[in-house]
Amino acid sequence: MARIELKEVRKVFHAGKPNEFCALDGITAAIEPGRTTVLKGPSGSGKTTLLSILGCMTRPTSGRIFLGGREISSLPERFLTEIRRKTFGFIFQQFHLVKGLTALENVMVPAYPLGEKREALRDRAMGLLDLLEVGHRARTNVEWLSGGEMQRVAIARALINDPATLIADEPTAHLDSRLSREFMGIVRRLGNGGKTVIIASHDPIVYESDCVRDVLPMRDGKVLGEETR
Amino acid sequence: MSWTGKQRNILDFTLSSLLRRKGRNAALIVVYAFVVFLLASVVFLAQSIKEEAQAVLREAPEIVVQRLVAGRHDLIPETYIDRIRGIPGVASVKARLWGYYYEPLSGANYTVIADENFPYGKRTVVIGNGVARHLPPLVGKTMPMRTYSGSYLFMRIRETLSSESELVSSDLVLMSVDDFRELFRIPAGVGTDLVLSVRNPREVATVAGKIVEVLPDTRPITRAEVLRTYDAVFDWRGGMIVANLIGALMAFVIFAWDKATGLSAEERREIGILKGLGWETSDVILMKFWEGVVVSLSSFFLGVILAYVHVFFASATLFESALKGWSVLYPNFRLKPVITPYLVSVLFFLTVVPYTFATVVPSWRAATTDPDAVMRA
Repeated sequence: MARIELKEVRKVFHAGKPNEFCALDGITAAIEPGRTTVLKGPSGSGKTTLLSILGCMTRPTSGRIFLGGREISSLPERFLTEIRRKTFGFIFQQFHLVKGLTALENVMVPAYPLGEKREALRDRAMGLLDLLEVGHRARTNVEWLSGGEMQRVAIARALINDPATLIADEPTAHLDSRLSREFMGIVRRLGNGGKTVIIASHDPIVYESDCVRDVLPMRDGKVLGEETR
Repeated sequence: MSWTGKQRNILDFTLSSLLRRKGRNAALIVVYAFVVFLLASVVFLAQSIKEEAQAVLREAPEIVVQRLVAGRHDLIPETYIDRIRGIPGVASVKARLWGYYYEPLSGANYTVIADENFPYGKRTVVIGNGVARHLPPLVGKTMPMRTYSGSYLFMRIRETLSSESELVSSDLVLMSVDDFRELFRIPAGVGTDLVLSVRNPREVATVAGKIVEVLPDTRPITRAEVLRTYDAVFDWRGGMIVANLIGALMAFVIFAWDKATGLSAEERREIGILKGLGWETSDVILMKFWEGVVVSLSSFFLGVILAYVHVFFASATLFESALKGWSVLYPNFRLKPVITPYLVSVLFFLTVVPYTFATVVPSWRAATTDPDAVMRA
């Protein structure tokens, strides 16, 4: 379990071109391990970009990132992929499940390059689907699942490599209020299990949830202070 | 982390990806296998016929001597036999009588050979399978042949040659020397050509040189020259077919290139997801590599097996007229399968290797994109 620290992080897209755009502007913040943190802010405030940087999906234009005290901002792609695979599990806004595959196969995909035995991997994936109460849909192709079921499959997939940190981008954007509350219930269980959870959202059901410890309000690529409960 | 486990898992994922796009991949395999089938059929057929012809020619005389008049083949006097026999190294010399007979009813040309030891006597013939198939008369019936003086010889068919040697005996008509001379009005004392055997095979060229010295109006043809000509003719015919197929080959290359190099939006999205989920660029390339291998190997084996059946069990129905070369009497035969590792590897390198690489390049381009693209999608 490692603390994530950002120091003066900037991210500029299309640098030097007429459409240059600064998505993050000098962010200094810390994500404490074992807690649920929400990046709160309107669309275009830089939440998704910050999530990408925290999850080692992209590098900042400038500034430094530390994971457990070790600087990772300048590591080559191969090492970043390794860190990403072991440390982070991702739940995307559109779920991004692979169509044509069953729920079970989708959950197994992130673990394929690790070379684990298929039987053991399948058992683990099945265990996660059962834990998230979608085990009965394991053999169903994902395009036949409901929105809530798809999200549970996406959560199981994010957990397959047993990462310390779970990253979710607008996880309730496509869910109704009941399903959104159910999702936060799952987050609570994961938090109680010791996982670090980082969520980008502008949904009050998320950032007002009692399982959230830290909220980082964002606007125009900047973090406007920190709320800790 | 086990290397084999990783390969197996990625191969499993590749296979399920291929199955997800069944229609597209099946179409690709069908077209790809068809092209391999065409190429392999030409190569197998040309090679088998060459081998077959060479096997037959191995029994052929070492030197054939023809007489030339004004640069054209003419009948050769049997008096030349003694003069050639006098050349050191010559083991035996013998005159042959053979020619072509045009049968106007069927429009076919027969190869007629006079056999010194013809067992059935005058006014009888032994015919090849092609002749037998072409004419209504069967063994025991009569075959009328128009002589060069305008009269008819009524030849009793005594035997039909076995089908084993059909590639070279299909159009044969064998008869006695007397009947042959009567049919073509060839006087006694001359033959079509002379055949020689030489004691030491290494002296063939020397003997051939001496024949021209002793008999300047003759042309010796060695067996090696005939073999070379056969090779050249069959290679040329194979080349002609390939040239005709170039259109089809080009269409396939464009089709395969398009299918292999153009990643669909769906595939790009999938590669983005895999990268986002922690697959490395090399993992994605490995997956695409396996995809290329599976598609091209399946097509390759399918095409080669179909070509094998086509050439060696169905007598190469599609190309026989081009490669066998008879105008009317096509031999009906089953070729002895000749497949060398060289032939298979040439086909392999022409088809499987380029395709596999063609699939890897575009996926490498797609796989090197930032994984965060999936977050922003």
